[in-house]
Amino acid sequence: MSKDDQILEQFASKEYEHGWSVDFEADSAPPGLSEDIVRFISAKKDEPSWLLEWRLKAYRNWRKMIEPKWANVHYPKPQFEDIIYYSAPKKKKTAESLDEVDPELLKTFERLGISLTEQKRLTGVAVDAVMDSVSVGTTFKKQLLEQGIIFCSFSEAVKDYPELVKKYIGSVVPSNDNFYAALNSAVFSDGSFCYIPKGVRCPVELSTYFRINAANTGQFERTLIVAEEDSYVSYLEGCTAPQRDENQLHAAVVEIYAAKSAEVKYSTVQNWYPGDKNGKGGIYNFVTKRGICAGDYAKISWTQVETGSAVTWKYPSCILKGDYSQGEFYSVAVTNNYQQADTGTKMIHIGKNTKSRIVSKGVSGGYSQNSYRGLVEIHPRAENSRNFSQCDSLLMGDKCGAHTFPYIEVKNKSSQIEHEATTSKIGEDQIFYCTQRGIDEESAVALIVNGYCKEVLNKLPMEFAVEAQKLLALTLEGSVG
Amino acid sequence: MSKLTKEQVDHFFIDQFQSFENKLNGESKKPLHQLRKAAITAFKENGLPAAKNEEYKYTNIAKAFAKHLNVEALSDNNFALSSDEAAKYFIPELDAVRLVFVNGMLNKELSDLENLPEGLQIQPIKTAQDDFQDDFARHFNTHKIEGSDSFSDLNTAFTDGGVFIKISKSAVIEKPIACYYFTDAKEADVISQPRNLVIAEKNSQTSMVESYITIGEYASFTNAVTEIVVEDDSIFNYYKYQDESEKAIHVGATLVHQLGKSVFNSGTFSFNGAMIRNNLSIAVHSEHSETNMIGLYFLDYSTHVDNHTVVDHRVPNCESNETYKGVLDGKSRGVFNGKIFVRQPAQKTNAFQSNRNILMSDGSEMDTKPQLEIWADDVKCSHGCTVGQLDKDQLFYLKARGLDEKTAKSMLLNAFASDVVNPIKIEALKKLIESKIIERL
Amino acid sequence: MLSIKNLHASIEGKEILKGINLEVKAGEVHAIMGPNGSGKSTLASVLAGREDYTVDSGEVVFQSKDLLDMGADVRAKEGVFLAFQYPIEIPGVTTTNFMKTAINKVREHRGLEPLDAVSFLKLMKEKMKLVEIDQSLLSRSLNEGFSGGEKKRNEIFQMAMLEPTLAILDETDSGLDIDALRIVANGVNTLKNPDNATIVVTHYQRLLDYIVPDFVHVLYDGKIVKSGGKDLAKELEKRGYDWIKEEADVA
Repeated sequence: MSKDDQILEQFASKEYEHGWSVDFEADSAPPGLSEDIVRFISAKKDEPSWLLEWRLKAYRNWRKMIEPKWANVHYPKPQFEDIIYYSAPKKKKTAESLDEVDPELLKTFERLGISLTEQKRLTGVAVDAVMDSVSVGTTFKKQLLEQGIIFCSFSEAVKDYPELVKKYIGSVVPSNDNFYAALNSAVFSDGSFCYIPKGVRCPVELSTYFRINAANTGQFERTLIVAEEDSYVSYLEGCTAPQRDENQLHAAVVEIYAAKSAEVKYSTVQNWYPGDKNGKGGIYNFVTKRGICAGDYAKISWTQVETGSAVTWKYPSCILKGDYSQGEFYSVAVTNNYQQADTGTKMIHIGKNTKSRIVSKGVSGGYSQNSYRGLVEIHPRAENSRNFSQCDSLLMGDKCGAHTFPYIEVKNKSSQIEHEATTSKIGEDQIFYCTQRGIDEESAVALIVNGYCKEVLNKLPMEFAVEAQKLLALTLEGSVG
Repeated sequence: MSKLTKEQVDHFFIDQFQSFENKLNGESKKPLHQLRKAAITAFKENGLPAAKNEEYKYTNIAKAFAKHLNVEALSDNNFALSSDEAAKYFIPELDAVRLVFVNGMLNKELSDLENLPEGLQIQPIKTAQDDFQDDFARHFNTHKIEGSDSFSDLNTAFTDGGVFIKISKSAVIEKPIACYYFTDAKEADVISQPRNLVIAEKNSQTSMVESYITIGEYASFTNAVTEIVVEDDSIFNYYKYQDESEKAIHVGATLVHQLGKSVFNSGTFSFNGAMIRNNLSIAVHSEHSETNMIGLYFLDYSTHVDNHTVVDHRVPNCESNETYKGVLDGKSRGVFNGKIFVRQPAQKTNAFQSNRNILMSDGSEMDTKPQLEIWADDVKCSHGCTVGQLDKDQLFYLKARGLDEKTAKSMLLNAFASDVVNPIKIEALKKLIESKIIERL
Repeated sequence: MLSIKNLHASIEGKEILKGINLEVKAGEVHAIMGPNGSGKSTLASVLAGREDYTVDSGEVVFQSKDLLDMGADVRAKEGVFLAFQYPIEIPGVTTTNFMKTAINKVREHRGLEPLDAVSFLKLMKEKMKLVEIDQSLLSRSLNEGFSGGEKKRNEIFQMAMLEPTLAILDETDSGLDIDALRIVANGVNTLKNPDNATIVVTHYQRLLDYIVPDFVHVLYDGKIVKSGGKDLAKELEKRGYDWIKEEADVA
């Protein structure tokens, strides 16, 4: 066995740190999906009839659709009839303030490292926490409202700002966009809503934490961010799930609307339970994330650090409709053991002088498969558009795979597109250089991987960057060579 | 004639096979015919690639076929081509072993099969199945390869007038082998499906060029397959040159198997045609082999050229390099899909791929998809691709030194094309391509 | 401090070191010279614990401990430093970050508290002066895009930071112009004290004008064939290696 393999063997033993579950009494729907369940969810949430109709339309579309098969991932088809589509922690109805939130639940979040209270207030992050599909509390709400910023759970937004929700829901990701987006549109239970009015720079980072707790549930949250003209917001999302032997489905939808000169930064650290070292259990993470730069000079930037999930299928995209608008995608995807990730982005250049930048860093270890899939499309009228893509893959061990599937479609002669990709392994000489300076092999690997991912990690807000670095080290612990 | 659907086109070929089979005399027990029947069965199952087929995402052959060809009035493949007329299309100043095919069938009169160099044997494929029984059984259509598809099945089913070429062990064939495929569309639409098998035995050295020519105003569909086996320590240079008519649809597969320490150099040069699809697939079976691929598509009008290449690294310690370049003018469209597979045993593979394109006009389009699929860790692989226009600063610099726009542009385009033209090892072909580029400018 | 006895080492089955014997005491500077391919760099790599090489027999005792039994990082923590002939590039990792990690690992091994950011920066500033290395260089990715001279200076900077007991300089002079050589040598000399030792591996005598050795050993065909004082280096410079080869081959 080569040295690399030995290190790799050790690495396989790393267990999932967030893998505990808490006993709450959950208020759930029976498993399976039908029009009745859609009605049940809508009624549970006391929704207006237009939204129920919208859900039903999505449901009927979903019935007609088939699961996408083109991604480079292999997994047993989820049994949609066995999934519980709605599960809310029972004790609370709506939390007016954090004091009313079940203390057990708050403790859960503390264990996750998210304190909804003072801690975050001091660090200047507003948090909306969503557990098993229901938002359990949003910090900072009042202070934000003074500036006209709306940051609340999706259900509250439906109640309090129905016109806004009605105007933008499905405007970026139509309810029939794809199989999982349609499913989400039919059964989504909660999520975050955020609205930044014209000319306002949101002074704090807005943050949502998602957690799946109950067994056999799917999580279908929906996030909608609307940034009006000349506004700015930085939004963070984090996620974990308990360790369970069966696979759980997470099918979220994120929509971002950026008006003229608005800027939205969206950062995710995704750490859903990846399954055990033999590939048992773990989250199926099938997510549709899309933003539109609707106005000129708008900018949307996606940054993601993906370390979790058994199977990931996710392509945060930008539609660059406004002239001079910009899209960015920075991604680190780490897979280990039997994880599979098929992730990347789409940059659709429609407006003139639009710019996009893609930096994707894949790291695969164990028996995992890591694919980058991306589309850069330049429409005929997208004059002087620019794209630069860099996709690098780092392999650790000889049983994993790294794959690159970039699609580049150019219909305008004045645009300039550059794509580069490399695949390599961590050099033995790099590790030796580190160990010769007294750094043990494991730390050396973490150091090198962090260096390799630096361009992406740098894009994360400070606090998240630290967490992401730790996660990388953790995911790769013992891993590599 | 109304447009056919893909299913109708599929049926058309299945029906064609019936009449083709009926015309064959006394071949029903032959090994080739068994292969034909198996191939048509496979074709029946899959048919031509559908519009949703990922590999044909940008190139819908069935649709182009239905658009251009009138299947009810096809030529009966019996045109005569005079040697004077044929000579006009030969690569100038090329001293070669010449093989001429008309509508897929070897034409002995126009070919130069006398006095073959020592170590080179050429035979119709139909007789080779008897005379070279072992070679035929071992290599004809026997190796499954990434990148071969239902077009290859279709070709196998209609195998008829192609040749078997064998280069003996340690033979160095000084003269290139030049294959001219004439598609004669002077009096009606025509379909041709040439099929050749080339075996380069151990330690041999060969250069080969395949040139595709259409003459006449009618539409044509060429579906060609060339299988090449490059045995240990051999060097094989392979070139494909395409200058067809604006009604010519071409699907061509070059399926290559490389054995130990062999070198395979290929070059694909496309200038004209309605829709061209080149499948270049190379399976690397033993260690220390080297594969170099270059390509140039220099297009105008409505020409659509799709280059699909596959290098399948199955063993350690091999190297592949690929550079394809495109210049697209008019309403032309270029497609590049380069796949590099590095299988789990293929440690210490070095694979490099580059695709660079220049769009010259508003109506032109480029779709490129470089693809790496890697299961081994100790590898160095990279790909890069660009789509853009001529560098404005460079253009300005040249103009500031007194060059007019046209001269400046052609100087830059020549420079752009040079790294895929310079490596051509057949001097006469290099000259032809250089003159073709100048003509375009 | 360091005692090498009958050391045999090979790479991919090919024997390179064929019985090395060497004693190094605290406070000493030893130069190891020899023609190309004699095994100089191999010796340096084997002492630092590079795993490409297999030690076939012999022993190496470093401060009463079995050096060969330790992994490369443990050797470094124990105070063995190798200045690489070809320093390695690590994209995305700054020299600063790299050194901070290394220093704290070494301190941890010695039972010391990790250095806080302020003390670390102070230490770094101090050592930077020694090799006249610029701050901006240290905030760039480790060795990436460095010139040859910058890389070598960075090696000596790292040596200054880690304060090793035994420093092995593997052809640190190769590719250096005379000014850079002076800076590097000056750094090494400043770091010298009665408690540490230095092994200088070099092909040429020039470096030894600046780092004056107490002992000079000539390595040829995997063995030390001649040892002497600093004058031996001068003689080698004058006469080349051929006479050594002849002597050795005759013997």
